[in-house]
Amino acid sequence: MKISTLAACALVLAACSTAPGPQQLEQATEVALKASFRDQGIAKVERLNQDEAQKVCSEETPPSDAVATRIEAAQLATIQWPADGVYVGDWREGEKLAQNGRGMTWSDAAGAPSGGNCYNCHRISKAEISFGTIGPSLVQYGKMRGVADVADPASSAVIKYTWGKLWNSKATNACSGMPRFGHQGVLSPAQIRDLMALLLDPKSPVNAQ
Amino acid sequence: MSDPMRIRAQVQGSGAVVRVLMSHEMETGLRKDAAGATVPAWHITEVVAALNGKTVMTAQWGTAIAKNPFTQFTVKGAKSGDKISISWTDSRGDKRTDEVVVA
Amino acid sequence: MSCGLAWRAVLAFGLGAAFALPVLGQKSTADGINQYRALLADGNPAELWEAKGEALWKQKRGPNNASLEACDLGKGPGVAKGAFVELPRFFADTGKVQDLESRLLSCLQTLQGFDAAAIAATPFGRGEQLTLEALVAFVAAESRGLRFKLPQGHAEERKMLEVGRRLFFFRAGPYDFSCASCHGEDGKRIRLQDLPNLTKNPGDGIGFAAWPAYRVSSGELWGMQRRLNDCFRQQRFPYPGYASEVTVALGVYMGVKSEGAASIAPSIKR
Repeated sequence: MKISTLAACALVLAACSTAPGPQQLEQATEVALKASFRDQGIAKVERLNQDEAQKVCSEETPPSDAVATRIEAAQLATIQWPADGVYVGDWREGEKLAQNGRGMTWSDAAGAPSGGNCYNCHRISKAEISFGTIGPSLVQYGKMRGVADVADPASSAVIKYTWGKLWNSKATNACSGMPRFGHQGVLSPAQIRDLMALLLDPKSPVNAQ
Repeated sequence: MSDPMRIRAQVQGSGAVVRVLMSHEMETGLRKDAAGATVPAWHITEVVAALNGKTVMTAQWGTAIAKNPFTQFTVKGAKSGDKISISWTDSRGDKRTDEVVVA
Repeated sequence: MSCGLAWRAVLAFGLGAAFALPVLGQKSTADGINQYRALLADGNPAELWEAKGEALWKQKRGPNNASLEACDLGKGPGVAKGAFVELPRFFADTGKVQDLESRLLSCLQTLQGFDAAAIAATPFGRGEQLTLEALVAFVAAESRGLRFKLPQGHAEERKMLEVGRRLFFFRAGPYDFSCASCHGEDGKRIRLQDLPNLTKNPGDGIGFAAWPAYRVSSGELWGMQRRLNDCFRQQRFPYPGYASEVTVALGVYMGVKSEGAASIAPSIKR
């Protein structure tokens, strides 16, 4: 789009006399981002390219219900359900994953497995007192939802909901603060199965204590 | 050449409270560096505190003492204007002494 | 020495607050740790950096063999007292808004002849970055107890506030984290580490008012640049350039939001 010299001068004068509008500030922010970040280790500048879910949740105020619903539907469509139908793994491995905050930073090795980082934000087992409060407590998660046997068809709705939450938290809450562990490739299906066990297995310390 | 200690000595009751901040790496000899090699031990082994030239406290330090250690103690009978000196010796044989006047 | 007295007053307040807990039952784990941290604050090793920084401020160094005593941190050449609580701010000679570390880089180059870009590219904890650590500690200490009041009179300062605000809420990376993910609400914590809400004044000596700080866990003095760097690392973002525009804009946002908070920097952290 060509701007004539006269119009350009008018724009410059207008910019000098009034505060920058939202569009100019958006642009200034983008310019700052591009000029300030560089690749380091596995953390590349491409990570700054936002998808729609990130973009609409980057305002000070939350998006409208209509926008949130649209985002949630789109995120729901991304969930990959276990191919073999096995949703629940080993809670002991799940607890190790929940304690482990490593992975995906520029100081992590390429290809190294990530942890779930769960205790940073959540209370999970009653015994672990070093827990965060950014997310809700998950103590007695399975028990409170009536899961006495993960193989029971009566539990399948809770099982699916929980898998969905771990795979892509934005499917049920557009601006959730929780990372999309499956969708973003942070955790593998096998790892998610073990976290499922931590939350849902009646023998897990989450439910048994 | 090590960095100077920060010493504060203030009259309190019938003596003085002495606070000392020392600058020292205090390596335990148990740590490994990024390459996996053990970082050799290097820490203060002895501390001597003196009031007007007379020793009032000696301490034997080992690997349990923290990096940049802070020490606080009281000296009975110390008055405003008295001189407090603190000396340390480390496992490499390096020494340092710093002095302060009781406020 | 008014700075020392103000610092002791803040410490006494902190200790007093920690001890004024309800007698019923056990202290919470988090309260216990906060009390321990308050006790640690006496004999803060940051003082070693403050002393070194004061010496470096006065020492003739660099290719120009000049001291930093003509360095203008916003309150006139050589004035260190009170400068920290008004940064970041606009500087006419460079034509941009600068935080403390960016401004020290300018002075190291302009007055002493050092290569600012080379120092910015030097990893933390090495070479002239150690000089910056000490200078940051010294300059911050000269404002201990004073309250933040960043100027917003210049259009560039106001623009940087708006850019900083957008950056604060900017979600990106494989975790979808923004600064607000951890620092956007009251009363939250990661594990047992309380998180200040940086969208407003979180209180005296908290958040923006607590850095630079001595980190006991690594025995290192961290300026705000290093603190932001490690924030971005944990957010799974790419690497922010030292004293880059994003870091300065975020400093403007946090500093303006904490207006009125008393600085206790350099403080002590776990």
